[in-house]
Amino acid sequence: MPAYLDNAATTPMRPEAVEAMLPFLTDRFGNPSGSHAVSREAKKALEEAREVVAAALGAEPGEVVFTGGGTEADNLAIAGLEAVRAGTVVYSAIEHHAVLHAAEAYPHRVAPVGPDGVVDLDALAGLLGDDVSVVAVMAVNNEVGTIQPLAEVAALAAERSPQAVVLTDAVQAFQWVDVAREAAGAHLVAVSGHKFGGPKGVGALVVRRGVNLRPIIHGGGQERDRRSGTHNVAGIAALAAAMRATVAQREATNARVAALRDRLADGLLAAIPHAHETGDRSRKIAGNCHLTFEGVESEALLLLLDAAGVYAAAGSACQSGAIEPSHVLAAMGVPRERGLGALRLSLGTTTTDADVDLALEAVPPAVARLRAA
Amino acid sequence: MSGGVDSSVAAALLLEQGHDVTGVTLKLWENPGDGGCCSVAEIEDARRVAQQLGVDHWVFGFTDEFEAKVVGPYAEAHAAGLTPNPCIECNRHLKFGKLLRRAAQLGFDAVATGHHARVRHDGGYRLLRGADPQKDQSYVLYVLGQVELSRCLFPVGELTKAEVREKARSLGLRTADKPDSQEVCFVSTAGGRQAFLLSRIALRPGRVVDTAGRAVGRVDAVELVTIGQRRGLGLPGGGERRFALSVDRPAATVTVGTLADLLTGGVRLAGLTWVRDPLAQGTPVEIQCSAHGHPVPGRVDGDAVVFDQPHCRVAPGQSVVLYRGDEVLGGGVAA
Repeated sequence: MPAYLDNAATTPMRPEAVEAMLPFLTDRFGNPSGSHAVSREAKKALEEAREVVAAALGAEPGEVVFTGGGTEADNLAIAGLEAVRAGTVVYSAIEHHAVLHAAEAYPHRVAPVGPDGVVDLDALAGLLGDDVSVVAVMAVNNEVGTIQPLAEVAALAAERSPQAVVLTDAVQAFQWVDVAREAAGAHLVAVSGHKFGGPKGVGALVVRRGVNLRPIIHGGGQERDRRSGTHNVAGIAALAAAMRATVAQREATNARVAALRDRLADGLLAAIPHAHETGDRSRKIAGNCHLTFEGVESEALLLLLDAAGVYAAAGSACQSGAIEPSHVLAAMGVPRERGLGALRLSLGTTTTDADVDLALEAVPPAVARLRAA
Repeated sequence: MSGGVDSSVAAALLLEQGHDVTGVTLKLWENPGDGGCCSVAEIEDARRVAQQLGVDHWVFGFTDEFEAKVVGPYAEAHAAGLTPNPCIECNRHLKFGKLLRRAAQLGFDAVATGHHARVRHDGGYRLLRGADPQKDQSYVLYVLGQVELSRCLFPVGELTKAEVREKARSLGLRTADKPDSQEVCFVSTAGGRQAFLLSRIALRPGRVVDTAGRAVGRVDAVELVTIGQRRGLGLPGGGERRFALSVDRPAATVTVGTLADLLTGGVRLAGLTWVRDPLAQGTPVEIQCSAHGHPVPGRVDGDAVVFDQPHCRVAPGQSVVLYRGDEVLGGGVAA
C-alpha cells in the first residue's frame, strides 16, 4: 500500500463531499441564476452551502464569494482592490506564488520571516505606513507549515496602516486552524476546497462588508457582481460539506496527526545523519514534516521515494514539472545548497501508522543511496 | 526527450527493442516568454510523446549546473575573444555528465538520446558518425570516453533523417514534422547572440586593421567577431576578399587578411581527449573543424594537429575533432 504524504498539494475527497456533489451532477442540474423552479432549487442549494461556508469562516453569507479555487481567490483579492485603492502592497517573503505574482505587479515591500518560518512582526511594523493599501500575510505556509500570527498582523495593520486592507491566504490553514477565529481581523480570506477534502476547482474569498472589490471575471454579475459565471453548484455543495466535516473533526484530527507527524519526523532525524528539520515544529500545523538532507538532490530523492510508493514533494513544482529552488527556504535563511535537498512530507486526515512506517522504511535508504553515488 | 522528432523516435525504437524506457526532459534554462528550448511548450511536446508511447516522463531541473558549466563560460569565452561551442560543454557536463550520474543514482543502465551517431562494441567502445552524413552529430560527441559510451545508446544514429521522420509519422507521433532546432538553445532567435551577450558582458566597439596595421573598417563589438569571418567588418567593397585573422580584445582590434593569410599549418588543442586510446605521435587523422565541416587529412603532433595542406585557421574556442573514416578518435579545443 503506497503512502500518500503530499496532502499539502491536495487531499482525497471526503465521502460527505462526494455525496454532496452527486445530485447536482445528475438530476438537480439547474443554473441558480434563473427564475423557474429548476433554477430556484439550485439557488436554494447554493445559498444553503453559502451559509455553511460563512459559518465555517466566521463571516456573513453576503461576505462569501465563491471562486474557481484558492489561486483565483488570491488574485481577486489583490487585483480586485487595485482599481479601487492605489498604494503599496506589503506582503510576507513566504507567500504563495498566487499572492506573490499578483502583488509583485504593484509597488510593494516584503516583510521578512525568521529562521523559524514565522513573519517578523517588528520588521513588518517598520514597513507599515499610510501609503500601504494592502497587507498580505498567509495564515499557514504551504511548504513548511508554519502558522503565522494573524491576529498580531491585523492589529499592527489597524494601528499603522488603518486604511489598508488585510488579506490572508488561508488555503493551507483551513484543515488545521480555526480560521474563523484566527482570521477575524482580516478583511479578505481565501480558501481552497481541495486542501481539506473538498473538490478541486472551487474556493471562496471572504470579503468583509465595507471592502470594495472590482471583479476580475466579468459577465452575468453573479456573486453580487464580484465573480461572474454560472455557479459550480456541485463543487460548491461539496465545498460546504467538506468544510462542515473539517470543522467538526479538526481538534481530533490535529491530535491524531500531530502524533503521527512527530513519530515520522523524529524517526527520520534519528535515522539519517546530516538531516535538519526546517522551521519551528511547535509553530507548525500538525500535518507538516519538512526536512533538508545535506548532499542530496530533492528531485532524485522524490523519484526514488516514488518508486518505493512514498509520494511526497519538495519546493514547489513549476509547470514544467521540474523542482524549483524554494523562495520560502531562502527567506528563512536556509542555505541554497541545503535547500536543494528538501523533502516535504505532508500528512492528512487519511494518513495512518502504516503510511508513517513505510516512509520510515523508505526514506533513509534512499538518502543513503544518493549520498553514496 | 527534447520534444523533437529525433529523441521521440529514439524512445520508440528502444521500446521496440524491448528496453524498459523512461523519458526525461532536461530543463536547463528559463526562457522568457513561452517557446524555444526548455519552454513549457517544448516540455509538453516531450511529455505528450512519452504519453503516446506509454512511458513515464520526468523533468530534471539542471539549471544551476547549466549556468555554471555552459552559459557562464559561454559569456566568459566571448569576453576573452574566443568562439565557444556551448553544445559541446552541455554534452560534456550535463547530458553525458550530470544526467549519466543521475541515471545511475536512480538505477538505470543507460542514457539514450536522439543524436545522430553510432556506438560499436568490440572489446572497447567506438563512436561512429551517424548513418545520415547530412545529419551526423558525432562531432559534438567527441568528449565521450569509454565510461560514457558504455552507458549510452543512440538509436536514431542507424537511420537517415528521412527514415526518422517516416518512422515518426508511422507511429503517429505529433512531432514528426517539427523542424529541427538550429540555434544555441539559450540564445533567443529574436535577439540573437548579441542581445544575450549584452546582458552578460561588455561589448566593445573596435577597429579593423590590415596586416600592415592600416585601419580598414570597424565593428560594433570585437567580442562577436569570429576568426575567418568575412562580413560585418565594415570593410569597403571591391578588391580581394579579406577575413578576420585575429582578435586582440584588450586593444579592441581585429586584424584582417587575405585567404592566403588565413591559412595555417596546424592547430594546438587544449583539453585533448581520446574516445579510446591516445594516438601516437604522427598518427594520420582526418581533421574536422566544425559541426558539418569537411574533414581534411593531417596528423597528430603532440598536443596539436598538423594539416597535410594549409588550412583555414580555426577560431580559438572551437572544437577540432579527429576522425578515421567514420570513427571519432578524439578531439580538443583550438587554443
